[in-house]
This record gives sequence, C-alpha cells and structure tokens, in this order.
Amino acid sequence: MSTHPDYRLSQLDQLEAESIHIFREVAAEFEKPVLMFSGGKDSIVMLRLAEKAFHPAKIPFPILQIDNGLDFPEVMETRDRWVERLGVKLVVASIDDAIARGIVIDDGKTSRNRLQTPTLLNAIEENGFTAAFGGGRRDEEKARAKERVYSHRDEFGQWDPKNQRPEVWSLYNGRLHEGEHMRIFPISNWTELDVWDYIRREQIEIPNIYFAHQRRVFERDGMLMTETPLNPCRDGEVASERTVRFRTCGDMTLTGCVESTASTLDEIIAEISVARLTERGATRGDDRFSEAAMEDRKKEGYF
Amino acid sequence: MDLLRFATAGSVDDGKSTLIGRLLYDSKSIFADQLEAVERTSEQKGHDYVDLSLLTDGLRSEREQGITIDVAYRYFATPHRKFIIADTPGHTQYTRNMVTGASTADLGLVLVDARHGLTEQSRRHAVLLSLLRVPHLVLAINKMDLVDWDENVYTAIKDEFTQFATKLNIPDLEVIPLSALQGDNVVNRSANTPWYQGPTLMHHLEHVHVASDRDLKDVRFPVQYVIRPHADTDELRDYRGYAGQVAGGVLKKGDEVIVLPSGMTSTIKAIDFFGEEVDQAFPPMSVTVRLDDEVDVSRGDMIARVNNAPSVAQDIDAMVCWMTTTPLRPRQKLAIKHTTRTGRALVKEIQYRLDINSLHRDQETGELALNEIGRVKLRTTLPLMADEYAKNRTTGSFILIDEATGVTVGAGMINSAD
Repeated sequence: MSTHPDYRLSQLDQLEAESIHIFREVAAEFEKPVLMFSGGKDSIVMLRLAEKAFHPAKIPFPILQIDNGLDFPEVMETRDRWVERLGVKLVVASIDDAIARGIVIDDGKTSRNRLQTPTLLNAIEENGFTAAFGGGRRDEEKARAKERVYSHRDEFGQWDPKNQRPEVWSLYNGRLHEGEHMRIFPISNWTELDVWDYIRREQIEIPNIYFAHQRRVFERDGMLMTETPLNPCRDGEVASERTVRFRTCGDMTLTGCVESTASTLDEIIAEISVARLTERGATRGDDRFSEAAMEDRKKEGYF
Repeated sequence: MDLLRFATAGSVDDGKSTLIGRLLYDSKSIFADQLEAVERTSEQKGHDYVDLSLLTDGLRSEREQGITIDVAYRYFATPHRKFIIADTPGHTQYTRNMVTGASTADLGLVLVDARHGLTEQSRRHAVLLSLLRVPHLVLAINKMDLVDWDENVYTAIKDEFTQFATKLNIPDLEVIPLSALQGDNVVNRSANTPWYQGPTLMHHLEHVHVASDRDLKDVRFPVQYVIRPHADTDELRDYRGYAGQVAGGVLKKGDEVIVLPSGMTSTIKAIDFFGEEVDQAFPPMSVTVRLDDEVDVSRGDMIARVNNAPSVAQDIDAMVCWMTTTPLRPRQKLAIKHTTRTGRALVKEIQYRLDINSLHRDQETGELALNEIGRVKLRTTLPLMADEYAKNRTTGSFILIDEATGVTVGAGMINSAD
C-alpha cells in the first residue's frame, strides 16, 4: 500500500478494504465457513484477499472446489500451487462421485453445470458449512446485481430474491436457523476491470489460459470451443489452430475463448477496456439457456 | 482514481431508469450483448422503443410486472472516477429500500418531473437522505423538453425545494435541469438551456468533493477479529494483532490509546497490513493493530484515543426505520448489532413517529409500522461504544434483528447514548 498524504484511498484500495472487512466478519461470526473455489481469476483474487485479511495467520477456513471432471488441467495446476503455498485445506466434491452415489443423475443431456448445484449443496450439508464465500460480482449479470453481500439460503439451499434481508451500512446479519447457510460475496462491488487491475497490481498468479496461446478450436453458437475428446466437433464443425485466450474459466465443454494476442496483463487490460461484450455474453454457454438462466440457477442454489 | 457511491430516488415515472440507462450508455458501460438482450426483450414486449429500464430490472418477476422490486447495484466508470449506483425502487416499500441504498451513499440523486414539480415523494426522499446524512444531494429536474426548456419552471422548482431544504440537514445541494431521454445536461451540456450556468450531471458526479466527508479527527477502531498465528517461529509465536476497519480518525504508531469498554490504556506498537508496517491508518482502511501491553482485547471492543473516546452506554436514543410487517412496540426484545458488537436490546419507549411528508412528530402512535421512522429509546444488555450518527455514520448506526426469524427488522441512527 502506498502512502496517502491526503488521507484518500484509491478505489482499488477502498474495494480491497471492504472485502477484507467482509472476510473477517464472516470468520468471526460463523461457525464453519468455506471458500468456494473454481480456480478462475475471481476465486484467485478472493484467495489473495483472504490471505491479506488474516495475515500473518493462515486462512482460518478450508476451500471447496466442485470438480466437474471437465475443468481445464491448467486451472487445476494453478489451484494446487495456491493451496500448497497458503497451506489451506482443500475439499473437493466431485460430480463423478455424486453420480456414483446417486446424488445426481447423468442422463447424458443435462450439462455438468446443472449437476454442480446439487453436488455443491450436498457438500455444504455433509460438511456442515454455515457460510460459503463466492467470487460473484454484481456487474456480471443482472440477477447478480440484485444480490446482497450476505445472501441467505434456506435449508434447501434456495435463494429467494423477493425476500432478501435489508443490508444497511456495513452491518451484515449472519443469523441462521438449523440447516440454513449463507452465501457470502466479498467482491460484490468489483467489476471485471477491477479484478484485472488488482491481479496486475498484486502480481497474482492466474491460470495461463487467460493469456494468449495456440489452441485447437472450432466455432459453435458464435463461440470458440476447445476441441477435446470430451467435446468433439459435431457435423459441420471444423477445428483449426488459432491464437486465443479465455475470459472466464469454467466447464471446458461450455466455456468459449476469444481470439486474442494479449499475452501480458497490460495487454489483457487494454483489451478488456474496449471490449464490447461482457465476459459471460462472450464466452459462457451456460448463461444462454434463457433470459433468466442465472436467476433460475441461483434460486436452486447455484453460486 | 477514486470512488463515488450514489443512490437514486424518484417516483416510478420520473424517468429514473432512463437516466441510469443514459449514464451507463453515454459512459460506454453497456456492452453489446446486454444491449442486444434489451432490444430483443423490448421487441418481444411490443415496444417501439428500446426500454432501458430492462437493463436495471434484473429479476424475472420485475420484468414480468415492469416494476423494480429491490435495490440493484450498478457500476460505471469515467476517466475521472468509478461509480457505484444504488438503484432504489420508487414503489411502496420506499423507506426500507431507500435506507438500504442510501446508508452507504456519498450522494443522493432525487429526480423530479418538470411538469409536475415537487411531489410528496420528492420531499420524502429528501427527508430520508437528510436523515441518513447523505452529505451531497442533487435535485435533477427531468423532462425539461416537455416544458419547452422554460427557465421559470426550473427556478420555481428550485426555489420551492431550497425553501423546503432549510428545514433539513443538506450541506450541499445542486439543482440541474435535464432531459434523460434526449441526453441534455446529462453528460453533454445542452444548447436548450443557455440560462443554466451550472455543471452537467456527469460533471458534477465526477467532481463533487467527497474525501472531506469522513471524520479524520476522532479515532474509532472497532476490533473485528483477533489474529493469533499459533506458529512455531519466534517471530510469530507471540503475535497478537487486532484486526478491523478504521471507522474514524487517523491511527499512528506511538499513539496512546484506550481500549473500551475495559478502559485499559496502551500504546500502538505497530499497524500491520499484509506483512508490512504502515505509518498510519484512516477510514476506510482494514488493518491490524498491535499494542505495547498485554491488555485483554477481543472482538466487539473499541480502540480510541485517550482523551477522545465515544460514549460507553446502555441507554440509546435513536431514530429507527422499521422494516418489517409486524410493528415495533414497547417492551419488545431484539438483537442489536452495532459496529462489531452484538447484544440484545429492549424497547423502552417509542417517543414519536415521524411523518416524513409533513415532518410532524406524532406522539400518540405508540408503535412503528412497516416503513415508518420514529424516535426510540432502547436499553441494551451490553454497553455500546457509540457516537451520534451525525458525527460518525459507522459508530452511530446499528441494526435490529428479530431473534425468532433472524431477519433484519430495523435500522437505527443514534441521537445520543448515555
């Protein structure tokens, strides 16, 4: 942190201070918090903020990853390095395991993204987590713009957007009944650009798929998808090698990439600053199902 | 770059969504896919125009009914500043939503329709913003195109509002004539208002000075979390840090401090931030403070300067906004959260209900219904380290929680504590 002769904080410092406050509040008031971690840039910024909030002590809660079996290997490698460096406990709840145990059914048609929700809710229940941090940002999507920092979930894990608790000042209310939990969004007020500015400022390690690289891709629904045995070309689709990068990290079969030569954080930020598409609109197949896809999934218990 | 948080207010048809849409659009904060979705939905609904309110009404039921149900937060940035808009609905549940949106705002934006002038709703919103001590207020007189850009209309509304505002506490007021639909005086100066010399709305939002609104004199550090690494290294074995967010004043290494409520005194040994020592900490920094002496400090305690401490009190006199359908009544017991301290509170007395239309104090009522504001006396189980809300919005505010349902039912602003 730089010196501040006029007692002013930059907006990035203000956002950071607010997020740290939220992390500490949850650690102080909840019995069993957990940090939901996908390995993407938002989760990694969350880890850094948690690290700062409790330094020099270790982060006082585990991290939870929903392994959908379709994650990018580069993302998992980055996850492992962060876990090792921070010495935090990693809990993995896998969709394959959930299928094997009959918690969810793989009908071959439902995307793994939809299967994440019951897998997550089951992991929260089995581990007795009372608060789950998520890297959701209100600028991502219009249903998320309505979300509180403390988002109450009932014993079915459901979000009720019509009946949210008023959230005034920074006085967060974490009261729960048996079986309920709270989703906590410490970076609610950050935008995509803030996240990138922060990654640059802090020199935080993120998965290398965010940077321009060569990849065999094909076009589907206006997005560039990775060719893998998990997601082969269909009729009429032709894969070719292109220079691309990712704006979000998710399910490999649903997450598209964009053509880009941005290979440094400065270049990525320059590109994002003039982007005409949101990250979700550009690269997330899971948000395209309907006008209210995110809201509907959130009501069921999605992050 | 710095940050301005503002809350919008105004009736449903005053053009609030259009104005927000215009600010987002003209600052190039709307992305092509968002705009396409709005265009598509507008067309499906049979509109012959692009309904920018669809950008802000994000929930399925809001779009179905064409109304805003809950506060939404929007973001945009210009080369000068980053903005967070708390977009509050103008509908029936106005008070609760306004309080939610305005509690963290630096600036309140009240929209009026030039054809109708000030309405009850505009007065109510100004009263609420004043009660919440939002330091800057903008009265945006919208739809000036529909009154032929008549200066007299602008002047009449401005004079009426200024007159009304003398009864309130509004330290800074700007009155701007504009047309949100056509973009006049929103981002670009309008050729239609040659008689208006003031700033455009965007210029004002970009330049209004908010840094001086914080209290940098009275040190207030509510202890949030005690950091004890329990590590084996010599350096960390005895580490004991008090983590929190500075709520007032400037803390410096070497300062003599008092820990409340115990009254123990010590000296600041260091202020830590992620492995580095910082010379000083001021609002809203989140830091970790270490003290010279092994005093007993825990979450809920407050660190202040020795000769400048808040009240340590169990009798609280406050303005309370009631936020739930079951009324607030005397003898009721509730949970109270004030800074990092949680206790229980007993309602001793409801002194009056404030009629926010007339500012009349109704002393007969005896209770507060949903969306009503009144002056309430509380007795708390634990002492609170409190300031007047007028002095410090953090140490002067609290929430009330229904212990049975766990829901936040009241928001309070402290008048006095003893």
